[in-house]
Amino acid sequence: MDIKLQQVSYAYSMGTPFEKYALFDVDLTIPHGTYQAIIGHTGSGKSTILQHFNGLLKPSKGQVHIGDRVIVAGKKAKELKPVRQKVGIVFQFPEHQLFEETVLKDIMFGPMNFGVSEEVAEERARELIHLVGLPEDTLNKSPFDLSGGQMRRVAIAGVLAMEPEVIVLDEPTAGLDPRGQKEIMDMFYALHKERGLTTILVTHSMEDAARYADAIAIMHEGRCVLNGTPHEIFSDAETLEKYRLELPHIVRFQRKIEKLINRSLSKICLTEEELALEVAHALREGREAK
Amino acid sequence: MMEKMIFGRYIPGDSFVHRLDPRSKLVFVFAFILVVFLANNIITYALLLAFTLLVILMSRIRVYFLINGLKPVMILLVFTFLIHILFTREGDILFELGFLKVYEEGLRQGIFISIRFLVLVLMTSILTLTTSPISITDGIEVLLNPLKKMKMPVHELALMMSIALRFIPTLMDETDKIMKAQMARGSDLSAGPLKERIKAVVPLLVPLFVSAFKRAEDLATAMEVRGYRGGEGRTRYRQLKWDWRDTTSLVVLAVMTVLLVFYRN
Repeated sequence: MDIKLQQVSYAYSMGTPFEKYALFDVDLTIPHGTYQAIIGHTGSGKSTILQHFNGLLKPSKGQVHIGDRVIVAGKKAKELKPVRQKVGIVFQFPEHQLFEETVLKDIMFGPMNFGVSEEVAEERARELIHLVGLPEDTLNKSPFDLSGGQMRRVAIAGVLAMEPEVIVLDEPTAGLDPRGQKEIMDMFYALHKERGLTTILVTHSMEDAARYADAIAIMHEGRCVLNGTPHEIFSDAETLEKYRLELPHIVRFQRKIEKLINRSLSKICLTEEELALEVAHALREGREAK
Repeated sequence: MMEKMIFGRYIPGDSFVHRLDPRSKLVFVFAFILVVFLANNIITYALLLAFTLLVILMSRIRVYFLINGLKPVMILLVFTFLIHILFTREGDILFELGFLKVYEEGLRQGIFISIRFLVLVLMTSILTLTTSPISITDGIEVLLNPLKKMKMPVHELALMMSIALRFIPTLMDETDKIMKAQMARGSDLSAGPLKERIKAVVPLLVPLFVSAFKRAEDLATAMEVRGYRGGEGRTRYRQLKWDWRDTTSLVVLAVMTVLLVFYRN
């Protein structure tokens, strides 16, 4: 399912003295099966843009294509439920949305809203609780007895239980410990690969964007200023600087190594593994040349 | 939907009304609320309405915005109007529609009560729209000060109010966020039969209460950590100043009152 934003502008509090534009003429196409990262500074419009992906916000100007649904500015959009089933959003701090008596019921809430039977929903919950790395007996506990990190995992399971084709993540690991962060990001990546999902990651972690994304879009003051592969985006440090963004640690590390061994590597490396291989390769070449 | 609400909102500005001292504004609005009940005929109600319009104009708040923001209140207004029309049985019958009889007195009452209601809501909205919540509570604290002699916890009351006011927008944002999160999970708040809609409120209320309690706890801790110990010996950063505007506005209200007393039957 492709997602396409065409000339989308969005203003909060339209028609009041508080009217304020948060998005200007955003064009962005996310083809089916892509892992798309959206990065930008605080207040760049990241969170506003992601609410357009399932019709929670309707554009003030322009149009949004979600699969074969088109949401056009100024027209009433009815029956958005099917769209919301297909596009699951994990909001920032999703643990705030838990409300049921038990974890099981909370995970079942989403799918049952979309007409999935109780048995199937329960089955999904039992499957997902393992996937998000919690023991099965968590299902019978109250979500409010869990730790913050566990609550986050339950909330994520609640969104995954809807079996969306597109999954939108808004800073899914904010406030987690480093190990939990990696576990969750790896889980999403594995799901992305296994189920052929379209994944949209809104983040300001350059590292996550570099490691997982196929494409990175950069938001700056409500505009989508760049969109390209991680290699393209991170090879131009100057442009990033202009948008007050930094290179990922690993790329900065690569630059230092390049200075140290006095030669530049053939490509930008986005993971430690890749960099190690490249450096080894470069050193070997250097030795042979001597 | 939430962003259109204007209750408890403050629009900064520097109109005549904005620059009034919160004390005079509070006294003015409270007195006005009482004065409204003096009106009992066409002239007096027209006077009230005209006066309110004048205040709106002087506050330089866009009328369109005001009306738009008061839409939820309008429902209540229409409801009161209908009740008066349908249940007052005095005077001549104006017209009959099946078993519905509309009496002259009913229509009169309906219109008057609606105007009274509208004028009250408009005036209080202007108070909150043109006065920052902090000034309002400052004003209330000063005005209630005499009650301290009667062992009333005035400072605590003012603090409670300022906290409540301060958290209205925060909780609104929170509601909006949770609502969106649940909508993304397929809960539908705006459609379906009433029973379903009431059920759909639970996923909204539970997280809202949880976070409100958590916030309250955090706030209490933060205050304690910073050495808060009530109003004892506390000085003010914002000093209130009474000037000619304040005196003028109260005099105008007094004139208004005299006129109302004079023209009412």
